[in-house]
Amino acid sequence: MVMVSEKPKLLFDRADWDFATIQRIYDAVEDVALRELGLNTYPNQIEIITAEQMLDAYASIGMPLFYKHWSFGKHFAQHEAVYRKGLRALAYEIVINSTPCISYIMEENTATMQALVIAHAAFGHNHFFKNNYLFKIWTDAEGILPYLEFAKNYIAACEERYGQDAVERLLDAAHALRSHGVHRYPRRKGPDLASEERRERERLVEAERTYNDLWRTVPGRKSVSRAAADEERRKALLELPQENILYFLERNAPRLQPWQREVLRIVRLTAQYFYPQSQTKVMNEGCATYCHYRIMQRLYERGQINEGAFLEFLRSHTNVVYQPDFDDPHYAGLNPYALGFAMMQDIERICTEPTDEDRDWFPDIAGSGDPMAALREIWADYRDESFIAQYLSPRLIRQWRLFHVIDREEEWYLKVDAIHNERGYRRIRRALARQHDIGWIDPDIQVVDVDLTGDRRLVLHHNVLNQILLDEDEVRPVLQHLADLWGYDVLLKEVEADGSVLKEHAASPQKTFS
Amino acid sequence: MHIIDRRLNPGGKSLANRQRFLRRAKALVRSAVRSDSKDRNIKDIDQGGQIAIPLGGVREPRLRRADRGGTREYVLPGNKEYLEGDEISKSNVGRGRGSEGSPDGDGEDDFRFALSADEYVDLFLEDLELPELDKRRVSDTQSPAWRKAGFSVSGSPANLALTRTLRNSLARRVALRRPNRDEIRDLEEEIAALEREGGDRVRLMELQERLARARQIIRRIPYIDPLDLRYRQFQPYPKPVAQAVMFCLMDVSGSMSEHMKDLAKRFFALLYIFLKRRYRHVDIVFIRHTHEASEVDEETFFYSTATGGTVVSTAFREMARIVADRYPPADWNIYAAQASDGDNTSTDNETTAALLKHTILPLCQYFAYLEVAPAEPQAGFVRHQSDLWRTYEMLRGEEASFAMRRVRQRSDIYPVFRELFQRRTGAEGAASW
Repeated sequence: MVMVSEKPKLLFDRADWDFATIQRIYDAVEDVALRELGLNTYPNQIEIITAEQMLDAYASIGMPLFYKHWSFGKHFAQHEAVYRKGLRALAYEIVINSTPCISYIMEENTATMQALVIAHAAFGHNHFFKNNYLFKIWTDAEGILPYLEFAKNYIAACEERYGQDAVERLLDAAHALRSHGVHRYPRRKGPDLASEERRERERLVEAERTYNDLWRTVPGRKSVSRAAADEERRKALLELPQENILYFLERNAPRLQPWQREVLRIVRLTAQYFYPQSQTKVMNEGCATYCHYRIMQRLYERGQINEGAFLEFLRSHTNVVYQPDFDDPHYAGLNPYALGFAMMQDIERICTEPTDEDRDWFPDIAGSGDPMAALREIWADYRDESFIAQYLSPRLIRQWRLFHVIDREEEWYLKVDAIHNERGYRRIRRALARQHDIGWIDPDIQVVDVDLTGDRRLVLHHNVLNQILLDEDEVRPVLQHLADLWGYDVLLKEVEADGSVLKEHAASPQKTFS
Repeated sequence: MHIIDRRLNPGGKSLANRQRFLRRAKALVRSAVRSDSKDRNIKDIDQGGQIAIPLGGVREPRLRRADRGGTREYVLPGNKEYLEGDEISKSNVGRGRGSEGSPDGDGEDDFRFALSADEYVDLFLEDLELPELDKRRVSDTQSPAWRKAGFSVSGSPANLALTRTLRNSLARRVALRRPNRDEIRDLEEEIAALEREGGDRVRLMELQERLARARQIIRRIPYIDPLDLRYRQFQPYPKPVAQAVMFCLMDVSGSMSEHMKDLAKRFFALLYIFLKRRYRHVDIVFIRHTHEASEVDEETFFYSTATGGTVVSTAFREMARIVADRYPPADWNIYAAQASDGDNTSTDNETTAALLKHTILPLCQYFAYLEVAPAEPQAGFVRHQSDLWRTYEMLRGEEASFAMRRVRQRSDIYPVFRELFQRRTGAEGAASW
């Protein structure tokens, strides 16, 4: 700790900065974050990059290294076109959930912005990554960078060996199913990413060591016993129903080569790594925004940044948490930064200055006097859906004047189901929580049956919610990819809760992988 | 905490991905470049820039719900007037509700992105299937050269001009009467001889005194003084910048259809790119003519119509005038391309031929005549020879720097262009270029 609180000194007084400034800012921010807010973070690594490198990082989903695929080039071109036109500014930072936690900050930022970014990313996001239960279950901060390195090299080696086109086609197919390549519920122990490469090597060596051409010629009897197995047994063997389609293919697709299974595995594991982020957008951004707000405010109170810098900070902070009304032309859904930040500030208020209403609604935290303890617990144990379901307060609903609208296809009108009144609070809260439930956002598609000894047709069900079917234009190409991977016919049924089939899509393999 | 400065890391990390993307979308990008280049000014063709390709070709499909249908629920902020149970007519919801359906903007029809100038020209030229043009020489290179620029009194030791320095040194030594080694040796020998033989003591003392003075002078006057030093000096000089001017001549009389003009424009564009790759500076002069010729800007050249007869020689006169006026052939490489449907007033043919042969061709590095024909061949199987074609036919083969071709369709342009420039390397060699 370099900063001594009784001797306040400006960290910087101009917009430009050098490495000593960054170090001073970091030390001051760290002092507030660890001692006053009690955050618990991975060690930090701050990397300064240019705008172009930021675009590069965008293109590979923010990761410092990634395998090569044309779609990343497409995203780069897209971002670049938008950026060059000046339509959109680049993000100030990108932060990676790894140990050490890497934050990219841009060289164009002013000293104030660097302070904001360090507080936001290096402490806010970092704390969330380290403590939230979803990240603990699904991601491996130690292993992610080595695993990506392995993935990159493995795919490059495959390209070398089997040709770029073959690998590209496989990746196209795998990417199409990426959103259905995650386990949504914890299974046995999470994958040990660090040893993936070693295990893959060992598998290969073992396969080569035990290879004996004679086995090929031995007539098998297995098929007889398989044929006898009843449907229940068959499904149990294949772990059906299975919602992780990529996992199912990796395990069971009859015609894939070992390397193709490994590539599917790579795509699936990286998708799994990002899975928690999509479920904690409001919380993650809210946590980071709340932290940077508290930290910057403390720095100002301690006299470490001057009025000018504080105003600059406030300006960009208000831009970040801006929430236009639904009838505003700028409205594009609820802003997760704004919602998360507002809810967390609200929790702070409930802890310190509760009203009677708050005491009714939140008896366990109202008036506890220690908002940071309550927040730290919330950050650790909730995801967006449960967080909103539990902590969206009536006061905030009133403040934001939230209302709930139902749009039924057959009606000529939208129905206002609930507004910010006593009758509506709980309904609004439940609806908003569901809007953030990944199980509700992503269509629920499962592999339900396949007869490996028969025609091998793969049957999937889409469990339709609210009569919303799948997007026809998208289903067709995805299903084609799936059929190519599977190697046999594929049938996707859209099924209502009562079991009635609303629609069927079928695809036959055209160009199989083998 | 570590701070790492990554700014100096090589950029372009996603270059490989970009190339894959372009390769993937090649057919689409190529046709986008092709249609885009039609709308561009000739001079902008090698600038790169935004192009749009249909999104379908580079779509990344995934399983997701449809944007419409079913029962949907929204929680929205900023309620102003609604009460529970209110019914809002769907027809006047309009845009206000925001677009929940496509959060990542996938709904657009076109995918827009920027191509760099090199990528653009590569795709453009690839589209044309041009031969390996880089092998062709065009006389002047443009690297700045150094030449000797006399001597200076200061400079780097590597550039020390020895002879010049020693010459200065010698002159100074002579002027200051610095005794040379031989004189000293003579003195020493004489003294030694006198001492050995014990000769004339006065003479001896005089000699010793002279020797002492000589040695003193040698000490005082250095063999090489900083004053003598001379260094070779070099100056950069601009080699004459290779510059070219390209004359586009076109008949704009009513008989030229839009199709013909488009053919001509593509040919001019090709020639421009071709020249641009070889000359640092390329001017374009547009001369259009009916029964009279005038210099115009590109817009007018391609898009405005004029009425009148067709007198080709007027264009040549105008061109000769402009050359005399602004582009002295000693300083400029002059290229000309003429596009016409082949009509000419019959009385003018002779004048035209003479002008071309005696005035224009001697000025030009290369003169290409492009006869553009309607897309549909005319009825009858006797090939119709146009006036101009017949007139120019006489020059064909006679003049090395003259070429003529006929094109009917857009797809003919590239082969014709290629043929024009290939033939010249083979048959006439590099002499006339």
